Amino acid sequence: MAIHNQDAFLSNVAAHLGRPRRISGVKRPSWSVRPQDRVFAGYSKEELLAVLKKQCQAIHTDVVEVQQSELAEALTDTIKRYRGKTVVVANDKRNALYGLDQFYEQLNKEVDVHIWDAQLGKENQTIAERADIGISFSDITLAESATVTLFNDKHHGRSISLLPKSFIAIIPKSTIVPRLTQAAQQLHASVEKGERVPSCVSFVSGPSNSADIEMNLIVGVHGPIQATYIVVGDK
Amino acid sequence: MSIKLGDLSYQQRIEKGIENDFMREAVSSAQGRFRNGRLTQAEELGDWEDWRQLGSEIRTHTLENIDYYLQQLSEQVSKRGGNVFFATTAEEANAYIEKVIKQKNGKKIVKSKSMVTEEIGLNQHLEKLGAEVVESDLGEWILQLDEDPPSHIVTPALHKNKEQIRKTFAEKRGYDQSDSPEELAAFAREQLRKDFLSADVGITGCNFAIAESGAITLVTNEGNARMVTALPETQITVMGMERIAPTWEDMEVLVSLLTRAAVGQKLTSYVTSYTGARLEGEIDGPDDYHLVIVDNGRSKILGTEFQSALHCIRCAACINVCPVYRHVGGHAYNSIYPGPIGAVLTPLLDGYDDHKELPYASSLCAACTEACPVKIPLHEQLIRHRQIIVEQEKKSPIMEKIMMKGFAQWASTPAAYKLSTKLARTALKPWTKDETIKNGPGPLKGWTDVRDFPAPAKQSFRAWWKERQKGEVRNGNS
Ligand code: SF4
Repeated sequence: MAIHNQDAFLSNVAAHLGRPRRISGVKRPSWSVRPQDRVFAGYSKEELLAVLKKQCQAIHTDVVEVQQSELAEALTDTIKRYRGKTVVVANDKRNALYGLDQFYEQLNKEVDVHIWDAQLGKENQTIAERADIGISFSDITLAESATVTLFNDKHHGRSISLLPKSFIAIIPKSTIVPRLTQAAQQLHASVEKGERVPSCVSFVSGPSNSADIEMNLIVGVHGPIQATYIVVGDK
Repeated sequence: MSIKLGDLSYQQRIEKGIENDFMREAVSSAQGRFRNGRLTQAEELGDWEDWRQLGSEIRTHTLENIDYYLQQLSEQVSKRGGNVFFATTAEEANAYIEKVIKQKNGKKIVKSKSMVTEEIGLNQHLEKLGAEVVESDLGEWILQLDEDPPSHIVTPALHKNKEQIRKTFAEKRGYDQSDSPEELAAFAREQLRKDFLSADVGITGCNFAIAESGAITLVTNEGNARMVTALPETQITVMGMERIAPTWEDMEVLVSLLTRAAVGQKLTSYVTSYTGARLEGEIDGPDDYHLVIVDNGRSKILGTEFQSALHCIRCAACINVCPVYRHVGGHAYNSIYPGPIGAVLTPLLDGYDDHKELPYASSLCAACTEACPVKIPLHEQLIRHRQIIVEQEKKSPIMEKIMMKGFAQWASTPAAYKLSTKLARTALKPWTKDETIKNGPGPLKGWTDVRDFPAPAKQSFRAWWKERQKGEVRNGNS
């Protein structure tokens, strides 16, 4: 696609910097300090999980830990707790892996379950807008900030974690890392390898909130009003 | 609106700010909460000084090679199906955005909070065209309904109380519920949801662009920026040209510094990095994407002694510790960038003529410099501004003294002045005789000519602040 006015603009910038324009060959220096690598360095998955759970309290997010065999039950409980009548779910390969395909089929008898379907186009958005609950798997989970990282694509719309009133994230234990640093390293590495980065990477930490009215914390503004994380042991 | 907010004189603005009791209290308590949050988070993160050092190195390297990184960014965006427009002036930026909106026959535009679109006066421009522009950030939406300028970078409606907000909602939108913040927010959610779903064009600012992959990162809590980037078919990002990081790894460090320094959070609820137009088969995200990169006076700052002012990541930490801001509030600066960074940046972007008082709106206590997560020497830059104003405009110390008058007024209680930090104390040493300062440097000179001030306490600002907070808590409980 088009780039307008680039040369004039950047030449002017270079002139102000008092040197010719730099078009190639710029290398990032190695920084004199790297405090980001030291945060929770050497923590086991269990220790990181403890960090995550503690942070969930700070961000008004419920967290439950289950074995794989208990996942369906935990989902049912949470959906009931949120009084969900309609649910929108990412069309994630892990649904099958964790036996959720059958679960959603079953659930569909009592609750309206929509699995994201690229073929349906914009209708997905309309359904997500009406849905009570959105459910996604976390791709990378950041312990420090209790954040789920979502690689949004055609099977996993951005709306799922955004439009419904409630959000449930399923967190495979193996996805837990210390902090944003590790997610950024992974994304940087994939750029270096020439891979295509998702069109949207969403780092989501609990429900939406605002402090814009007299500095009072209001949980639930434009995005979801409540959130639950279900941490599940790996296969 | 441009960078300048109105035509009242500096003196009138200050008086207005000081007279507004609610605002002063709100500012003061917000400063306390923000500052405490920041200190706690900084302590928890550990190595805060190393983090600041890292942030400063990243920003220095990026600005030194800004032409290279902007080129990389624009190429990546273009590769991912986005258009890029480099705008030298505000007019060019507005004209391009206008063209895009006309092409799309856009009638309704939904925006998420962005300083740079305020700076270039985009809303006014679009409204003149007859388009409906909706600000979707809760604070901004409140201000928009009331046609009021923002008073704080992070919480723009800081000067309004909930009863005023309830009244605004009732008058403008027929709201009939209470003034509880939850109910007010639920009403805004419902009202704005319709706008998100029906908007033709979404416009956002940019916290950090990522050069290596053409991604734009937005740091938000409410979720409105995600709506604006996920739902409308046409999307425009407007970024100040300095708001860029070389890689995901650098973005990560800057976001960590920003969320801690701005709101004392480990991360905000949403950190969203999106790239260009949506990919084949995707449903959410724009079909038509435009990135507008704005200079508007920034390049003039490059290569000067003020270059590091462009390192700013807009966290407002300097604002939250500033004793002058505390007293006069955001509107007194008459700029969309208030506080110490506003006092440094506004004259650089908009010239000294309209803003020559700003460098004097500081006690030079250095609390801003100490708070800045990317180590911009703010108070030193303020001193330089003053020197330049005096040199260039041949303003004698007499003039300086006159300017000081407005300043001396707010500082009319020795208590306000006692805010001075350890650093200020060091800086003041040569002028300190016993416990009273005679002829101080800068504004102190003005002050000390008017009256004798007690020398700053030996206690550090941080210690002072903690004690002060304890006092406030006690008061709050009683
Ligand atoms: S100057 Fe520093 S402290 Fe002030 S807003 Fe910018 S980054 Fe934050």
